[in-house]
Amino acid sequence: MIEQVLIAGFGGQGIMSTGQLLAYAGMMEGKHVAWIPSYGPEMRGGTANCGVTVSDTEISSPLVTEPTALIVMNHPSLEKFEKTVLPGGIILTNSSLVHRVSRRSDLGFLAVPANEIAEELGNVRIAANVVLGVFIGYSGAVNTEAAVAALEKVLPARRHKLIPMNKAALERGAALGLAYRREKAAYG
Amino acid sequence: MPRTLMKGNEAFGEGAIRAGCRHFFGYPITPQSEVPHYLAKRLPECGGVFLQAESETASINMAYGAAAAGARVLTSSSSPGISLMQEGLSYLVGSELPCVVVNVMRGGPGLGNIAPAQADYYQAVKGGGHGDYRVMVLAPASVQEIIELMETAFELADQYRNPVMVLGDGILGQMMEPVDLDGEGISSIPSKPWAVTGTQGRTTRNIVNSMCIVPEENEAANLRLANKYNKIRQNEQRWEEYLVNDAEVILVAFGTLARVVKAVADRARDEGIRAGVIRPVTLWPFPDQAFEKVIKFAAKRFLVVELNLGQMLEDVRLAVNGRRPVHFYGRPGGVVPTVREVMERLKQTSEVTDGGDRI
Repeated sequence: MIEQVLIAGFGGQGIMSTGQLLAYAGMMEGKHVAWIPSYGPEMRGGTANCGVTVSDTEISSPLVTEPTALIVMNHPSLEKFEKTVLPGGIILTNSSLVHRVSRRSDLGFLAVPANEIAEELGNVRIAANVVLGVFIGYSGAVNTEAAVAALEKVLPARRHKLIPMNKAALERGAALGLAYRREKAAYG
Repeated sequence: MPRTLMKGNEAFGEGAIRAGCRHFFGYPITPQSEVPHYLAKRLPECGGVFLQAESETASINMAYGAAAAGARVLTSSSSPGISLMQEGLSYLVGSELPCVVVNVMRGGPGLGNIAPAQADYYQAVKGGGHGDYRVMVLAPASVQEIIELMETAFELADQYRNPVMVLGDGILGQMMEPVDLDGEGISSIPSKPWAVTGTQGRTTRNIVNSMCIVPEENEAANLRLANKYNKIRQNEQRWEEYLVNDAEVILVAFGTLARVVKAVADRARDEGIRAGVIRPVTLWPFPDQAFEKVIKFAAKRFLVVELNLGQMLEDVRLAVNGRRPVHFYGRPGGVVPTVREVMERLKQTSEVTDGGDRI
C-alpha cells in the first residue's frame, strides 16, 4: 500500500495541520510516512498545499507530484491539481467552495459539503478534517482511531479542548468515505 | 525522546545538540529559518548559547571564536548566506579549527528563489573561499539521516580539526519524517589542548591563527593540510548503494534527489532495465571507491542526476575516468524532476557515447 495525498486550499483552512494529522496517524500505526509543505512565495499569496505519503514500504520519493488522492478545499486548487492525479485515484472536494465536479472520468470523485458539516459540528475551521475523514474512510490508509489519537500530537496543548470537535469531524467524514467505498464496490 | 515526526531543519538543530554542540550563531534565511528557530528554544534548555548575529559574515566569525575556545559550534544558512561565509570558512581551515556549517540550498544564482536546488555543489566541494583548502561535505537524504550525520559531522570536524559542511536542500529542510531519537546523545567532547582557554599554568601560550608570512613556512603549512586531506580521502569516503550488483546502468544522485532516483531504478527494473543507484554521502571526499566497485561488476553506463547544470557530474567523470559513458540529466533553478522524466532520460542513455552532454 502506498498513498500519496495532496491537500490544497487557502491559508487558514488548516491544510498543513490536516496533512500532519495523516502523517502522525500513519507513523503511530508503524507505517512509513513523509509530509512536505509548499513553502514557496505562493504561501505569502494565501494558497497552501502539502503532500503526505503513507506507505507499507520505505518511501523513495517524498515529493507528491502524481498523487493517488487529491483533497481540494478551494476552487483554484482543483483547477491547478486536477490533472496531476493518477488514473484510478480519487479527488475529494469541499463542495461548499468548489462549485464543479471533476472533468476526469478515470478516477473516483466525491463532493463533500465540508464547510456545512463543520459548521453543524461547531466550527467551520474543522472542515479540512471532515474531508480527511472521508479520505481515511474511503482508502483505509490509516485507521480513524489513529487519526483521532494523533490530534493530541498535532494540536498545541492550548487547543486540546477542541479535540472532541475534531474527532467528530474525522468520524463523520470517515462514515461518508466508507459509504462511498461500499457504493463504488457495489455499482462500480 | 521516542519516535517522533520532525522537520528536517529541526533535525539539523536536534542532531547538533545530540552531538554535544552547545553554541550556535546564525541569521535567518528561507528555507532554513527553522534551524535557528528551533535552536533558539532548545539551546537555552540545554545550557547552551544561541545568538542571532547581525549577518552571516558575523555568524561565521563568531563560530571561529567559539571553535578557537574549544567549543563544538554550529552555524547554518542557505545559499546566499553561505556565500557570505566563504571568507570565514577559509580562515577556519587556515587556523585548523573544527566547526559545522549547514547549507540548506535554494535556487540561485544571485537572489534566485527559495525552491530546492543543488547548485552550491561546486562551492561546497571545490572551495568557495580563497586558498588551497578542502571542507568535508556530508549530504543526508532523510530526516533520520540528518540526525546521524550531524553527529558524524562534529566528530569528523574535531578529529581532523577542519570545518565540515552538511549540505541539504529546501525539500530536506522543510519535509517532516519520523525520527528515532534513541539514547541520550553525546555528553562529553574530546579534549582540545590547542584551544585558547588561558595558559592553565603552562608557560607557553596557545595561538590560533592562519597568518603565515614566510613563504616556506606557509608552504609547510599547506603541505601539512595536504597530508590531512589525503588521510581524509583514504579513510572517510561514504556512500549508499542500491541494487548495484547486477546493474548495467548506474544512476548517481545525492541528497533528497537520490530518493527520486531510487524510485526511477525501481520503475526501470519493472520495465526490464537493470538499474542501480550510487548515492554519495560524502561529497568531499568524493566516494571514488564506489565507482571502482560497480565498474568491476556489471556497470556499462552512468546517468548523473542533479538539481543543477552538472556539477557532481565532473567528479563522477573523474572517478569513471573514461572507462564508461557518463550521461547527465539536471533541472536547475529550483525545479525538481519527476520520476517519469528521469525515466525517459534513462531510456535515451547510450553505451557507446556520452556525447559530453549537459542539459
